[in-house]
Amino acid sequence: MTSKWQRAAMAGTAWAASLPVRAEYAYNLQVPASKVAQDVFQLHNLIMLVCLGIFIVVFGAMFYSLLKHRKSVGHKAANFHENTTVEVIWTVIPFVILMGMAYPAARVVIDMKDTSNPDMSIKVTGYQWKWGYTYLNDGVSFYSTLSTPRDQIEGTATKGEHYLLEVDEPMVVPVGKRVRLLITANDVIHSWWVPALGAKQDAIPGFIRDSWFKADKIGTYRGQCVELCGKDHGFMPIVVEVVSEADYKIWLDKKKGAATTAAADDGKTFDQAELMARGEKVYAANCAACHQADGMGLPGVFLPINGSKVATGPVDAHISTVLNGRPGTAMAAFGGQLSDADIAAVVTYQRNAWDNKTGDAVQPAQIAAARGGAEAAAPAAP
Amino acid sequence: MTDAAHAHGHDDHSHGDHGHHAPPSGMMRWLTTTNHKDIGSLYLWFSLIMLFTAGSMALLIRAELFQPGLQLTNPDFFNQLTTMHGLIMIFGVIMPAFSGFANWQIPLMLGAPDMAFPRMNNWAFWILPVAGVLLMGSFLLPGGAVAGGWTMYPPLFIQGGISYDLTILAVHIMGLSSIMGSINIITTILNMRAPGLTLMKMPLFCWTWLITAYLLIATMPVLAGAVTMLLTDRNFGTSFFNAAGGGDPVMFQHIFWFFAHPEVYILILPAFGIVSSIIPTFARKPLFGYASMVYATASIAILSFIVWAHHMFSVGMPAAAQLFFMFSTMLIAVPTGVKVFNWVATMWKGSMTFETPMLFAIAFVCLFTIGGFSGLVLAIAPVDIQLHDTYYVVAHFHYVLVSGALFSIFAGIYYWLPKWSGHMYDETLGKWHFWLSVIGMNIVFFPMHFLGLAGMPRRIPDYALQFTEFNQIATVGAFIFGFSQLIFLVVVLKAARGGVKATDRVWEGAEGLEWTLPSPAPYHTFETAPVVK
Repeated sequence: MTSKWQRAAMAGTAWAASLPVRAEYAYNLQVPASKVAQDVFQLHNLIMLVCLGIFIVVFGAMFYSLLKHRKSVGHKAANFHENTTVEVIWTVIPFVILMGMAYPAARVVIDMKDTSNPDMSIKVTGYQWKWGYTYLNDGVSFYSTLSTPRDQIEGTATKGEHYLLEVDEPMVVPVGKRVRLLITANDVIHSWWVPALGAKQDAIPGFIRDSWFKADKIGTYRGQCVELCGKDHGFMPIVVEVVSEADYKIWLDKKKGAATTAAADDGKTFDQAELMARGEKVYAANCAACHQADGMGLPGVFLPINGSKVATGPVDAHISTVLNGRPGTAMAAFGGQLSDADIAAVVTYQRNAWDNKTGDAVQPAQIAAARGGAEAAAPAAP
Repeated sequence: MTDAAHAHGHDDHSHGDHGHHAPPSGMMRWLTTTNHKDIGSLYLWFSLIMLFTAGSMALLIRAELFQPGLQLTNPDFFNQLTTMHGLIMIFGVIMPAFSGFANWQIPLMLGAPDMAFPRMNNWAFWILPVAGVLLMGSFLLPGGAVAGGWTMYPPLFIQGGISYDLTILAVHIMGLSSIMGSINIITTILNMRAPGLTLMKMPLFCWTWLITAYLLIATMPVLAGAVTMLLTDRNFGTSFFNAAGGGDPVMFQHIFWFFAHPEVYILILPAFGIVSSIIPTFARKPLFGYASMVYATASIAILSFIVWAHHMFSVGMPAAAQLFFMFSTMLIAVPTGVKVFNWVATMWKGSMTFETPMLFAIAFVCLFTIGGFSGLVLAIAPVDIQLHDTYYVVAHFHYVLVSGALFSIFAGIYYWLPKWSGHMYDETLGKWHFWLSVIGMNIVFFPMHFLGLAGMPRRIPDYALQFTEFNQIATVGAFIFGFSQLIFLVVVLKAARGGVKATDRVWEGAEGLEWTLPSPAPYHTFETAPVVK
């Protein structure tokens, strides 16, 4: 029945065949890549089979009755309206079936909740709208944002294979290791989910919840934020790259090198052009989602920066807004997310882009000063 | 008696000749009416208008999701659409429609002259359009309508603009309306039954509404408390749900779902009542297991208070709590199963005919059960953790609310419209409406199970390419389903204006006090209570 309608509907939408990638129809959960995901997969199959069996029996009886016990074939109505034996039987049998389902389900619940003895721990922080990862054992920390270009979303460029499921910096973990996730959020509730790994956990601001996975196979696993978190909820994917132990070491060294370079930047002085170029990138990654690429914001929802009092007024107030956010509004505090150099660059960009021709060039040292001295020179871990 | 008083009394009398037994005409009739039939009709018309309003939003959502990329909406407006679609369908369509049935049918089924508190009844209805205006009007405000999801989770809900405060106000008003309606229904059922009509002889529809009304009175204040805390968090500096101030965002979810899980049954128990009236009529055989139907309804209602956290498995809770909520949720399958078995047993060895009300009732039994099975799948905590907040959940609750609640409303309208209007509806158009609805509905919602299993989150305006095919099918189905509701509108308008005169009994197998009345039911009925043997 379904496939017939699928075909009919497909014929009606044949032009859609011009879309770039044709995926296969998927009728079940994603191929599991961890034991928990495998257990859930089997549990789901089992329950579906039981439900299908019950459905066939009950509605087999109903459709038999619809065919045979109709007035048009001359069937005369019986007059029975209760039967205690039958009623007890069809109360007890479902109860027994449910107990049969509950036992294997409970085993998986207990396994999923057991986050003890991890090989490594990663703190995951949800932001509007990106993820931050801090490797607690290895001292690496970074942000992971959607890397699908805007023009693909707006339909002016062909969509790539991993449209909306690709990020600039994936989470990288070694294969076969028990990874414990400590999940929280910075602003609103998000939810971290990678279906193939069988791990989903809401990220709740002010609280840390944990989850775990152990990937069995090397590969790239993709997921998305699954708790409505505002405008760009659909645009904060998760990518986990599961690599060999050796590749993980290589990646780790590269990450640590990049962190050193970033820290060195905070001590430098840049000229206006350098700040503007860097600031434009920082703006696109952190500010444009709300304030828009043209700095005009969204009327009634997000304030404009172009022509705003903050971006054309005293520079200290501007830096403070970016560092500390505006409590009670959607304006997040970026002090913990961005380095001094990045904040200096983006403030400079906001004060000089569009119609804001203030001519200011803000240096990383000013940001460090605004943070209240040397103790907060580097960004806090996400 | 003085002359003045005499004259006044005389005035009253002459006025009464026109006014007392026939309603005032024009707009004032509807604004001031205390007649249960008028108020029932008002609820149903309001619900119909809201159905088309929120349905149009659904079509816009499906049109945006026809292909990947952003075409018709921006993400913020998309979130406004999904939020408002949910709020209006629940509070503006399903609940008022059931209140409409309650107002029309409960006095007729009990042999009562009207509802117990006719003036409160008038208020209960007329504050609803005010709430509707607050909700719909917020689309015009700066920042647009509320976009935080119908579940209103903080801290996201704290971020929004003025429309969020208006939504809180609207929720308060709708809650007030429900509580007034429920008080009325409980009092009517407990006090105004015809002599001889004991509780265990009442039509099951009255039983399901009696239990629903208790659920409403128990849970609406809980919702009111939750949204009031949101209001003070938003405007008066409290931190109920703000961790930085010592609050807890998860506490809102506990309070909200303590309301909203019983709310799920508020949206389906009256449907059980309607279907339990229709199936015996067209099977020409009494309802099987009446007593067990009553007990099953009561069990579902009681269980509904101890299952709320199954909406929150992915929030993170101790294994023991997950197991408790998983087991208690699975238990609900037992009384629900009893109901389905009873309906099938009622059809068994009957003498069935398949007029439109029966068709919708049969579709209800079959498709609601699919929603029940997907509910059982979601009750299994580990599976729920995979499927929570995906399209699987969207498929699940639309099977329960569209082919469940909404189909029962269609069935009930076709069933009782001849009694209300005095005219038979157009059976051919009714059948067209049925078949297009049932086919369209399955094309929209069945593929969503696959989308959820494959990993598509809900509430997203744009999606990855592997989800394209099923989304396109769903959108095609949505337009078939949506536009076939225009047939329903035509059928209702035609029957309201004229058509073949309905007999008093209307249906060959119909049993109950309402069918002893003329068709259309006169403006005042059962001024003298009938005696039930």
